[in-house]
Amino acid sequence: MTEAAAFSACPACSAAPAADALAKGQARALRETHITLSVPAVHCAACITTVEHALAAAPGVAAARVNLTLKRASVETDGAVSAEDLVQVLARAGFEAHELDAGTLAATQTDRAGRDLLMRLAVAGFASMNVMLLSVSVWSGAEDATRDMFHWISAAITLPTIAFSGQPFFRNAWSALKAGRLNMDVPISLAIALALVTSLWETMLSGEHAYFDAALTLTFFLLAGRYLDHRTRAVARSAAEELAALEVPRAQRVQADGTSETVEVAALRPGDLILVRPGGRMPVDGEITEGRSELDRSLLTGETVPVFAAPGQGVSAGEVNLTGPLTVRATAVGRDTSLHRMAELVAIAESGRSRYTSLADRAAKLYAPGVHILSALAFVGWWLYSGDLRTALNIAAAVLIITCPCALGLAVPAVTTAASGRLFKRGMLIKHETALERLAEVDTVVFDKTGTLTAGTPAPLDLDRYDRPTLELVLALAEGSSHPLSLALSKAIRAMGLAPARITDLTERPGYGTEARMGDRIVRLGRASWLGAAESDTTATYLDAGQGAPVAFRFTDALRPGAAEAVAALQAVGKEVILISGDSTAAVEALATRLGIGKWMAGALPGDKAARVSALQEKGAHVLMVGDGLNDTAALTTAHVSISPASALDAARVASDIVLLGGDLSPIPEALVTAQKATARIRENFRIATLYNVIAVPLAVVGLATPLVAAIAMSTSSITVSLNALRLR
Amino acid sequence: MNILVWLIPISLLLGGVGLLGFLYTLRSNQYEDPEGDARRILSDEWDDHPKP
Repeated sequence: MTEAAAFSACPACSAAPAADALAKGQARALRETHITLSVPAVHCAACITTVEHALAAAPGVAAARVNLTLKRASVETDGAVSAEDLVQVLARAGFEAHELDAGTLAATQTDRAGRDLLMRLAVAGFASMNVMLLSVSVWSGAEDATRDMFHWISAAITLPTIAFSGQPFFRNAWSALKAGRLNMDVPISLAIALALVTSLWETMLSGEHAYFDAALTLTFFLLAGRYLDHRTRAVARSAAEELAALEVPRAQRVQADGTSETVEVAALRPGDLILVRPGGRMPVDGEITEGRSELDRSLLTGETVPVFAAPGQGVSAGEVNLTGPLTVRATAVGRDTSLHRMAELVAIAESGRSRYTSLADRAAKLYAPGVHILSALAFVGWWLYSGDLRTALNIAAAVLIITCPCALGLAVPAVTTAASGRLFKRGMLIKHETALERLAEVDTVVFDKTGTLTAGTPAPLDLDRYDRPTLELVLALAEGSSHPLSLALSKAIRAMGLAPARITDLTERPGYGTEARMGDRIVRLGRASWLGAAESDTTATYLDAGQGAPVAFRFTDALRPGAAEAVAALQAVGKEVILISGDSTAAVEALATRLGIGKWMAGALPGDKAARVSALQEKGAHVLMVGDGLNDTAALTTAHVSISPASALDAARVASDIVLLGGDLSPIPEALVTAQKATARIRENFRIATLYNVIAVPLAVVGLATPLVAAIAMSTSSITVSLNALRLR
Repeated sequence: MNILVWLIPISLLLGGVGLLGFLYTLRSNQYEDPEGDARRILSDEWDDHPKP
């Protein structure tokens, strides 16, 4: 064995890291007393009880609790029970469950940033209510000593509150100023600071007007906007991480004595022998040392026809093993795998999203300098006119407070929260903050074929062409294998109401097909080359009935649900639909004709896809790319906006802005409509905010804006903007 | 006006109690599963005692 040789060459140095990795793996296994399961089907009070009781009754379980919002069950165990056992327990109770990788989920367990914002929001809310109470008394006629006392109490509440609650704004403003830029937080911080300074000054001089309430309400409304914004993103992030956590990174490592143990993929080293069972995904790049099978490479290349795999052949991480168990010697692991290298190349490529400036940023660019100039002009003007620094400063503060970007700060998050919530209910996860705005501009939609428009599962064609005994024989042979083509055949023939023929000695030849005896004849179902038949370029399997030439059974890729509707709906609203695939010309052309897509491109390499998308964009088109494979990731990143299904490869999901959670494609046209509506609402909100400013700013500049006017203007504009956003639901 | 000496501290205190209550619920993860909590009150599996 070469592995033993490698060890003996330098026993100490190569054994040490291996032992280290092993110890780490065991330590992790011991700590694994907390198991998180995804239970997508829980939806009611009775389900919670059923799931919790079933889990609690299982041996080794200390406590179980269901989180209905996240549709997860967290289980405390004594370490003796594994996640697979618990999945079985839930399956018996009638609930489908999947294990979630604790390491991937850890990041979202507690949303620290969200909790921090909520705490600041609560303190600001508490303080602004109390100060507002005092301010109302002042406005309704408190005078002299009483007014001064109220102002001093307000100051005592406001100063510590702003010091705590205003921190996010001050921090952002400071980092923007340090970088020599202006953002929305600069005028906000300036308005709050100036309001506090002038109010304190006024209070010391027993003045009439203090803006403590305005400073606090401003903070409160803006924090509400921030929190909404954060919440939308946190929900999207946790759902995206749940998708990633569904793929638990474990592998079967073959030990020196021939038995295999389960280890974390991260613990694998080049030279390790890894057992990949049928249905499993290759965790590493490597070379097959034992076993014959077929590999599904559709996620990497887009080809639908499985590739034959035999010892000596190289495999890449991400390929799926279909029929027989394979033993693979790892040549590259983790970051060195070709899968990872390609994913990193994508990260370097210039992405559509980085070229886009959001509506909020564009508004801030106009707004921030405008407000500063206006307030400075008011200050200088009044100083020259009245010669009184106090009046001038008061008016400058009033202008800053009145123009406060409350409505602007709420305009975008209120709408995106409503729109993302609506799309989430329809099974779409908006991952990027400007994805909705970019989606609204789309005029060209590019689809990938395998795994996107098609479900990636084959469906047999024209079965009624064959006679009954043939089909019964095929059914009997197909049931001996779990190859996708066999499964599809047996499902389709069973659905016709036929029973399997009587055969004996049924065996599977991994990588080739199944073989059995029928009376004195040997019958076989499998690859063309095995049976000596001519290969066709579409997916097909062959039956050798022991008499005459082999019979071909051809397959087509089953359409993903909603694919035809989505394409038709997109074309109906005038979007150009293009199909680009890495598959063979015949297969792509057949699908394009079936869906009525005029423009298509077959045999496209990953680079071709990205090049085609950027060529379209150079001509001025805004491209929406929908794809799922590694060969799509470059195109997904290049496109103006991108969507990938939940079944897509991790790298593709990371590269795209929106993830389709269900198997259905039909929400896509609807999402375009929602996005357009959302963008229209955001623009409307900006107009409402501007209108308020157009009315209120002249009042402030001529010195008529009392704290009461400021409070009314601020609250009405914020509430109008939020209500306008809610119309989207 | 002397009544203000009592009223203002009392109103601040009551508000403060509310704020502390909110911060307590926030720290003890009571907003992790709003939907589940809404359903759980309908469950028959109630107990007489809070868990130790």
